[in-house]
Amino acid sequence: MSASRGQCEIHMTVNGEDRTVCAYPMTRLLDVLREDLGLTGAKEGCGEGECGSCSVLMNGTLVNSCLVPVLQAQGTTIITVEGLAGGSHLGALQQAFLEWGGAQCGICTPGILMAATHLLTRQPRPTAGEIREALSGNLCRCTGYAQICEAIEQASARGDSDLGNLDS
Amino acid sequence: MKTENIIGVSVPRKEGSDKVTGRAKYVDDIVLPGMLYGATVRSSIPRGKIRRIGFGSGIAWNEFVVVSAKDIAGKNYVALILDDQPCLADGVVNHPEEPILLLAHPNRHLLRKAVEAVAIEYDPLPALFTIEASEARAEIIWGTDNTFKTYLVEKGDVDSIWQKAAYIVEGEYTTGAQEQLYIENNGMIATFDRERGITVWGSLQCPYYVHKALMKLFDLPEDKVRVVQTETGGAFGGKEEYPSMIAGHAALLAMKSGKPVKIVYDRMEDMAATTKRHPSRTRHRTAVDKEGKLLGGEIEFVIDGGAYATLSSVVLSRGTIHAGGPYYWPSVRIRAKAVATNAPPHGAFRGFGAPQSLFAMERHMDRIAAVVGISPVEVRRRNFLKPGQTTTTEQAIREPIDLDKLLDRALELSDYRAKKDRFRLENESSSHKKGIGIATFLHGAGFTGSGERYLASVVGVEGCADGRVRVLVSSTEFGQGTNTVLSQIAAETLRLPYEDVEIAQPDTEKVPNSGPTVASRTVMVVGKLVQSAASGILQTLLASGSLHEGYSRDDFRAACAKHIAERGELKSWARYEAPSDIFWDDQKYRGEAYAAYTWAVYIAEITVDMASYGVTVDDFVALQEVGRVLHPVLARGQITGGVAQGIGFALYEKVAWRNGRMQNGQMTNYIMPTSADLPPIRVYFEELGNVHGAFGAKGIGELPMDGPAPAIVNAVADALDANFDSIPLLPEDIFEAMKQHPRASDSLAAQGVR
Repeated sequence: MSASRGQCEIHMTVNGEDRTVCAYPMTRLLDVLREDLGLTGAKEGCGEGECGSCSVLMNGTLVNSCLVPVLQAQGTTIITVEGLAGGSHLGALQQAFLEWGGAQCGICTPGILMAATHLLTRQPRPTAGEIREALSGNLCRCTGYAQICEAIEQASARGDSDLGNLDS
Repeated sequence: MKTENIIGVSVPRKEGSDKVTGRAKYVDDIVLPGMLYGATVRSSIPRGKIRRIGFGSGIAWNEFVVVSAKDIAGKNYVALILDDQPCLADGVVNHPEEPILLLAHPNRHLLRKAVEAVAIEYDPLPALFTIEASEARAEIIWGTDNTFKTYLVEKGDVDSIWQKAAYIVEGEYTTGAQEQLYIENNGMIATFDRERGITVWGSLQCPYYVHKALMKLFDLPEDKVRVVQTETGGAFGGKEEYPSMIAGHAALLAMKSGKPVKIVYDRMEDMAATTKRHPSRTRHRTAVDKEGKLLGGEIEFVIDGGAYATLSSVVLSRGTIHAGGPYYWPSVRIRAKAVATNAPPHGAFRGFGAPQSLFAMERHMDRIAAVVGISPVEVRRRNFLKPGQTTTTEQAIREPIDLDKLLDRALELSDYRAKKDRFRLENESSSHKKGIGIATFLHGAGFTGSGERYLASVVGVEGCADGRVRVLVSSTEFGQGTNTVLSQIAAETLRLPYEDVEIAQPDTEKVPNSGPTVASRTVMVVGKLVQSAASGILQTLLASGSLHEGYSRDDFRAACAKHIAERGELKSWARYEAPSDIFWDDQKYRGEAYAAYTWAVYIAEITVDMASYGVTVDDFVALQEVGRVLHPVLARGQITGGVAQGIGFALYEKVAWRNGRMQNGQMTNYIMPTSADLPPIRVYFEELGNVHGAFGAKGIGELPMDGPAPAIVNAVADALDANFDSIPLLPEDIFEAMKQHPRASDSLAAQGVR
């Protein structure tokens, strides 16, 4: 790996793996994930932090990866939607989304799953109001949010700590 | 007889696992070797002649592929209905954002700078931006009279009824443009190769629309154009015809460069340049008797089509036929027209004209109630269509629909009467005024009139040697559940497990033309064809003796393997045939407009904060009859999603226009509802069944878009005793209306009494 003029080496732990990329410091984390690391789960819906489709966890914090210059991600731990499933089996939250109609067109789903994961790790038994509040930075045009909220409630009610592979 | 075990069950969404793991590949997730990025240089003025195109300094133009109208080998239009819209402007522009030039480069950051460096000089021409300006014809911007299409519906003798009327009630209602706002922006990838021709992959609803458009644009035969749908992140009508334009652009660049080209719009370009819901104006003049029964009326329905005809004639058609609502009109005259303005063309959006004309009808019913002095409930009850009666196009209702019963149930579910009384008492002294409003409506499923007959859709079902079954349709999945429900239908018909059925990726090289994925037609029309084609597989295997009644999954697999070993393949096709009892007269606009209608009563409860004039929807009851519900979770998801879009249409989503250009093309300033904005949306189904649909299904996708706006605005009018006849209804609009507040009940009484 060689950095061209103006680029810098960025080290991150992404979904449990150590990754190094050479990128211009102001390159968006979203582009690095999608283009350099081939992790296309995070989506660009608006490019200005409104829709939340590019949400990932950075050191446990929910961020819009379209607003994060990759330099800021130096040395951080990143979890994307690809890091949620444990191998071939779905996490409890993903399973609940399948059963309760939480995903329709699916384009907002990776971001919403990250927002929900973020919520459930802080607050394993959220109220309906807390769920709606936690999702208010993620736009979904298909569902009207009802079935997304129910899926999160179900995942929470199952009391299953298996929200995915978040240990890294 | 074996009972159904897959229909009516909420099986997992077919492509659901891919969507919850991030594996699903949308067009922007795909990269081809050597791929260039493409971009569009657009008109910055609404109307004028292009005098000169200049390429600014500081850009290595020799590295860029540049395409103009001169590079088009075939016809320079986006083939659809009237073929009036150029793929690239050639000398003149008719709206802001009209595509003029295409650029491609391997580096998309440089591409953006190059787009900015193109300087186009124009000789501007006067432009029109409103329905009224277009009607005034100070300028002729399209055809001879600025009119894309007109319709006239006439039933009975309207001219004779005015003398008999106890009241004549008039109203004018308007609706604004609405952006579909799918979260995945439009995008396409194209390749060109001398042998194979053009291939495009992209986010789209109608593969064969794109196929037809590319054939015309490049003058290529059908086997030299291939269109493949990638996972599509929402559409709502917004990817019905505009993808034909983008596919043409990407393919033009691919042909000129010899490399794959990807064009993906960013949010601002998508919002500013692609289609939106048609703005509308509806005028009602209605004769009613002293009990509030409709004697007849005149309805004028006008939509703003933007600069080119695109789909306006069909949007107008649906809006026209729905303009009378679910009511019995002894006589009516509906005049409808779609007019041209110098805005980007308006297009398909869930509901397709019906949300506009039904908003007017349902507001007008409340106005009639106020004039007559009866309740909104009673005015509807006295005018509901009943089986045997005819619609405005003189279609006899044959379904055993009982709208009275539907209304009763909705009133009970919403606790309407008690709330209405309580709100009236409490509002007097409260700074938060509450209201409750009703909308009753219908939605026709499938193409309008002779549409399905002309489409003559074809569906295939294939049995594979491993016993799996593939459904071959061009019907696309973009969230609504096409893949899942069509698989359920095939599995149920063949008595196989749901897991054994798969849907082929929509690819014009591999699937037949089952028609566009629009008009709430997929489950009802295409589903019925899937059922029929799947039955064909079964009949073939039973007739040949390789399968026997009471077969198991293994028997089916063995029979498929045997058939394929002997005959090479096992495929069955079904083509749409119009029911013999459906007749439509395109000239007189009379007859069976739709094979089936869905029916609904929606009730909205709202609060207006009198300090901010902000409106909150507190509760929403959505009760509908949609035929048989094939998948309860997906069906409910269609309703909650449609209601959410309807709430946006009513209260939030305003396109700010300036000289034909959208000024707020960002999610920051074009506001759609978030999870924190929406009420609990309570969804209930009645299931009457339907002889024309698979397992009794009707269409469902568009219905929920029709009712929320009038129910909500009726509720706001109820809360404030004021008239609001225009949407979106923003706090500033309420503020303005309340400043000069004549109580609605007073002004109506003055107006209505003859």
